Amino acid sequence: MNWEVVIGLETHAQLQTKSKIFSGSSIAFGAAPNVQANAVDIALPGVLPVLNREAVVCAIKFGLAVGAKIAPRSIFARKNYFYPDLPKGYQISQFEIPVVSGGGLAITVGSGATATEKFVQLTRAHLEEDAGKSLHEDFHGRTGIDLNRAGTPLLEIVTEPDMRSSAEAVAYARTLHALVQWIGICDGNMQEGSFRCDANVSVRPMGQKELGTRREIKNLNSFRFMQQAIDFEVQWQINEIEEGRAIQQATVLFDPDTGETRSMRSKEDAHDYRYFPDPDLLPLEIGDDWIAEVGGGLPELPQAMQQRFAGELGLSAYDAATLTASREMAAYFEAALASAGRENAKPVANWVMGELAARLNKEGLGIVASPLSAQQLAGVVRRIADNTISNKIARDVFDALWAGEGKDADAVIEAKGWKQITDTGAIEALVDEVLAANAKSVEEYRAGKEKAFNALVGQAMKATRGKANPQQVTDLLKKKLGG
Amino acid sequence: MSLNLEDVARIARLARLELSAVERETTRDQLNDILGFIEQLQAVDTTGIEPMAHAVDVVQRLRPDVVTETDHRADFQAVAPETEAGLYLVPRVVE
Repeated sequence: MNWEVVIGLETHAQLQTKSKIFSGSSIAFGAAPNVQANAVDIALPGVLPVLNREAVVCAIKFGLAVGAKIAPRSIFARKNYFYPDLPKGYQISQFEIPVVSGGGLAITVGSGATATEKFVQLTRAHLEEDAGKSLHEDFHGRTGIDLNRAGTPLLEIVTEPDMRSSAEAVAYARTLHALVQWIGICDGNMQEGSFRCDANVSVRPMGQKELGTRREIKNLNSFRFMQQAIDFEVQWQINEIEEGRAIQQATVLFDPDTGETRSMRSKEDAHDYRYFPDPDLLPLEIGDDWIAEVGGGLPELPQAMQQRFAGELGLSAYDAATLTASREMAAYFEAALASAGRENAKPVANWVMGELAARLNKEGLGIVASPLSAQQLAGVVRRIADNTISNKIARDVFDALWAGEGKDADAVIEAKGWKQITDTGAIEALVDEVLAANAKSVEEYRAGKEKAFNALVGQAMKATRGKANPQQVTDLLKKKLGG
Repeated sequence: MSLNLEDVARIARLARLELSAVERETTRDQLNDILGFIEQLQAVDTTGIEPMAHAVDVVQRLRPDVVTETDHRADFQAVAPETEAGLYLVPRVVE
């Protein structure tokens, strides 16, 4: 039987605020345990939550970026469950009326000729607080609780069950990951837990309308694990069904060491969260004027920028996507382009994605830390474009600038004497010398050996130490040898 | 709607309450009384009335995103039953 895979993702993005969502504690990462947990965060009696305005701004930014509806009035609810790292006994979240609903993300699955486009619809995005951390090791049979993370603002972003393979799920997660960083609402640091995904996975016979029973894989904190976990889970579900066992709704964890998913809790003892509106918080009202103000501060979105790069600059879809992988990358490219001129868009793109990206990657540097400024790179491209240097020499100029030998391409070319010789008279004299010194090759060429001609070109280029224009040398040689 | 003893046992478990057999019966009767009041409320015709999420008809006040809290861990942990290395210790929990 052919099976269809159905995947929906829930992503928790930690919002880039300074303070917690309902209190004035810092959310800086890496502090000593519990020093950033105040009376509200540890749930002392009589405390009241007060909503952080910036967390709401982040939600509005996200809603605008994905073309969603932003609720003029949304409600905070209590999600009740008992766990020691949740000292109130409930998490403040949103249930019936989330701040953001609808919208979606265009994703590209695969690359090159086999790439396909897809639109993943979002169900909702809501504001909520994070819980603390439980440490189960090294406390003589006790569990240690650190509440620094309790109350950290999260945006939970929920998709429709729109994805049909692990590759689509990963493509969506990557696109979302890039977007939340692009609009500056989340630092995207997956190691520190700033961006974590849960995947709801089910399978059904191809063509069947009803969804199969799903299992939820919790806390996927890398794209590689997401792919592995979904692939394993799908195969497991298909095997179960084919062996005549029904899938039970359950929450599962992925174990990176074994590459397997295992059940954490089944539906019978699943949480009954008993949601109800939090009486401590009033309805959140967001007016059109506030939405317009936040929208005015949003940067150009990656998709719009890709279309502009492809449409106005004539770059390929792949180049446009690569150059907009991050806002820093796009900013570098645009700065280099402004300096090199739009007619050089393609070579600028090639240098940014090729030589520069490779070198940054090799040295483990981000583009912001590039030793070569966008203007310096543009200078190199300009000198190739006006035939001052060849592509080969340009690499040497690039290396020299990378090493800090000179303030710009012109200074390096001047100091090293790398200017391409385009003076016909000078090249002609050189060619004559080469012909005189290589009488044997000349003879062989005249006798019909094409290879001998290449040897002569090589000799001429060597004589100029690579500074002559190869095309000019070839033309002159041909002319002198009688064509 | 009315609750039976099984419902009460389940609700008690969700609320982490330990009820004796006698308490379970009194609790059942009390909860059913409350449900009776709610039935009275639900009998009122609310057609055309917008539901409220809060009894007070005002909107949420927002706080500027500023860190205003300082570290009071020592004070809090002085009254905690058990702490170690800055952590609150609780009976071992494994999900």
